[in-house]
Amino acid sequence: MEPRQGEPQYNFVIVQFFAIMATVYLVVGALVGVYIAAELAWPALNFDIPYLTFGRLRPLHTNAVIFAFGGCTLFATSYYIVQRTCYTRLWSDKLAWITFWGWNAVIVSAVVTLPLGITSGKEYAELEWPLDILIAVVWLSYMFNFVMTVASRKVSHIYVANWFFMAMQVMITYLHVVNSLAIPVGLFKSYSIFAGPQDAMVQWWYGHNAVGFFLTAGFLGIMYYFVPKQAGRPIFSYRLSVIHFWTLIFGYVWIGGHHLQYTALPDWSGSLGAAISLAMIIPSWGGAVNGMLTLSGAWDKLRTDYTLRFLIVSLAFYAMSTFEGPLMSIRTVNALSHYTDWTVGHVHSGALGWVAMVSMGAIYHLVPRLWNTELYSTKLVNTHFWMTTISIVFYISAMWVSGIMQGLMWRAYDEQGTLMYSFAESVAAMHPYYALRWFGGTLFLLGTIVMLFNVLMTVTRARTAPALAHASA
Amino acid sequence: MTDNGKPKKFQEKMELNVALFMLTLAIAVSIGGLVTVVPLFYLNSTWEDRATTPDGKPKNPELSSVRPYSALELAGRDIYIREGCYTCHSQMIRPFRDEKERYGHYSLAVESKYDHPFQWGSKRTGPDLARVGGKYSDQWHEAHLLDPKSVVPESVMPRYPWFAKATLDPNCVVSSMKGMKMLGVPYTDEDISKAPAMVQGKTEMSAIIAYLQVLGTMVKFEEGKDYRD
Repeated sequence: MEPRQGEPQYNFVIVQFFAIMATVYLVVGALVGVYIAAELAWPALNFDIPYLTFGRLRPLHTNAVIFAFGGCTLFATSYYIVQRTCYTRLWSDKLAWITFWGWNAVIVSAVVTLPLGITSGKEYAELEWPLDILIAVVWLSYMFNFVMTVASRKVSHIYVANWFFMAMQVMITYLHVVNSLAIPVGLFKSYSIFAGPQDAMVQWWYGHNAVGFFLTAGFLGIMYYFVPKQAGRPIFSYRLSVIHFWTLIFGYVWIGGHHLQYTALPDWSGSLGAAISLAMIIPSWGGAVNGMLTLSGAWDKLRTDYTLRFLIVSLAFYAMSTFEGPLMSIRTVNALSHYTDWTVGHVHSGALGWVAMVSMGAIYHLVPRLWNTELYSTKLVNTHFWMTTISIVFYISAMWVSGIMQGLMWRAYDEQGTLMYSFAESVAAMHPYYALRWFGGTLFLLGTIVMLFNVLMTVTRARTAPALAHASA
Repeated sequence: MTDNGKPKKFQEKMELNVALFMLTLAIAVSIGGLVTVVPLFYLNSTWEDRATTPDGKPKNPELSSVRPYSALELAGRDIYIREGCYTCHSQMIRPFRDEKERYGHYSLAVESKYDHPFQWGSKRTGPDLARVGGKYSDQWHEAHLLDPKSVVPESVMPRYPWFAKATLDPNCVVSSMKGMKMLGVPYTDEDISKAPAMVQGKTEMSAIIAYLQVLGTMVKFEEGKDYRD
């Protein structure tokens, strides 16, 4: 596209590619999620086909939404933000294309290998060792390109959104390298070098900080650019962003142990994780408050600006799930909630409510600017907003009820002092909630299809009628 | 932080210097991991079999009975991992009265000392399997894996008909055992040389059942003894 006058020659083509792929992978990831949700409600859908069983598709779902959708969103937004806030073009176009094609090669390989049962058996890190190496190469090339772009900035100070992206880049490098350490015993098979309790702690140090740095710090970077941009106001407090940034990235690393309370790990491990988790409410809410109060004095914009609605409601969900998380890490609550659907609901209030909604807001903000046009339909943005919000309420309510019910049924005793329910009875009791969760997920999926349609129509219109697009821009 | 009471100055320095910012980040995000993960690798309290009585003798000698998986069990464990069983089944019994009555004695760390990777899981869509060994007959398991609803009508577990048809590859089992040996699992050369004969011609069904039947059975617990400090 033509650069606007007075602007440096940005590389927005790479951002366009990642933004489109993020939108596509959101539909794919949600589709797999909806399918496995249906399998839990109606197990006949496993069809006796190995590649379609829940156990093989669930890792595909998590990898697709976290690394395919989340990853492409982070690459699109961070490559955009770093150029705009540093007032310079990306340091290397070549490295940027390595990020794009390399990352997509990983995703396509995941779609092939995971249903084939090629897995390392480590939750949220299932991809086998050749892919782990490819991920490391792509990630390092991305980090290097980003940091070099920051180093060649035309402004004196590094903008806050970039702090979050850099924190993510450093921590994800640590996590991926350490957690993937394994001995290959074949081209498609390896064993973690850690065992038992040590592997458990490494795994949850990885697992929780994939949430803390990939899905939180990275997306806070998105928030710190797109919320003030879309609202047309500066961020509420610089001081608050400094304090909450450092406390968040310092504290998050400590809390993986809260996933392992009452397990065979030494007690201090889980208790330390839980104690720090409680303290994490403060930096988490610091970020949420900083984003929301950016709107002070301009709340009326929410009435007409549907993109802003996505961004602000995502912060509300962020605040809610960062309150719920510490609550669930309290020992007595964890004793009930662990192993149940409550955890699944909690993850999705963060993943759908926070990560997906802030991404949707960012993509709706980006697309018209990248193609120098207007959105095909703002009405559809509003439709998508309500579909998403309502679907999440359905999803998490169903999981709250089923999770708490499971926890209570498992520990219920009758008057004779014997267990009141068999495990199978608790499974049967879940059916209506699994069906309801499937319904919520389906509504969310339909919303992502509306979004994909809107984005593709916007792009098509901009390409086929550039004159018109320019006129309306 | 890290600035001797002059937060603004150090913060500003970092905002002006990307190398300094990255270095500070690299330090700040490594501390939590060093404190929470690393001690488990050198503290004896990670493993219950290392606990000693005041006079220096092993407190829990019965825990030395934890052994590496046999070739057939290991092949079964590989199938367990391949099928993603951990996405619905945990292998970690917590020290609660209801879990004791439902599943058995709470799990110990030492029981998964040869588990590369660990399979404790995080979700119980199905029941915990840490002590499923010996609870049901081999025939029950076979019927259950072929059609879970035939023995548990409420089950939402998929059917696994391909277990009965697929046979094990002796070469795979040997390379698995060699890999495990490199990681410190005490397989002898004899164990490995006998492995092909042990799995030759066997189905995946017999391997996964062998694995399920050994889960949680390696330790004979002493009633009422506290294995955790």
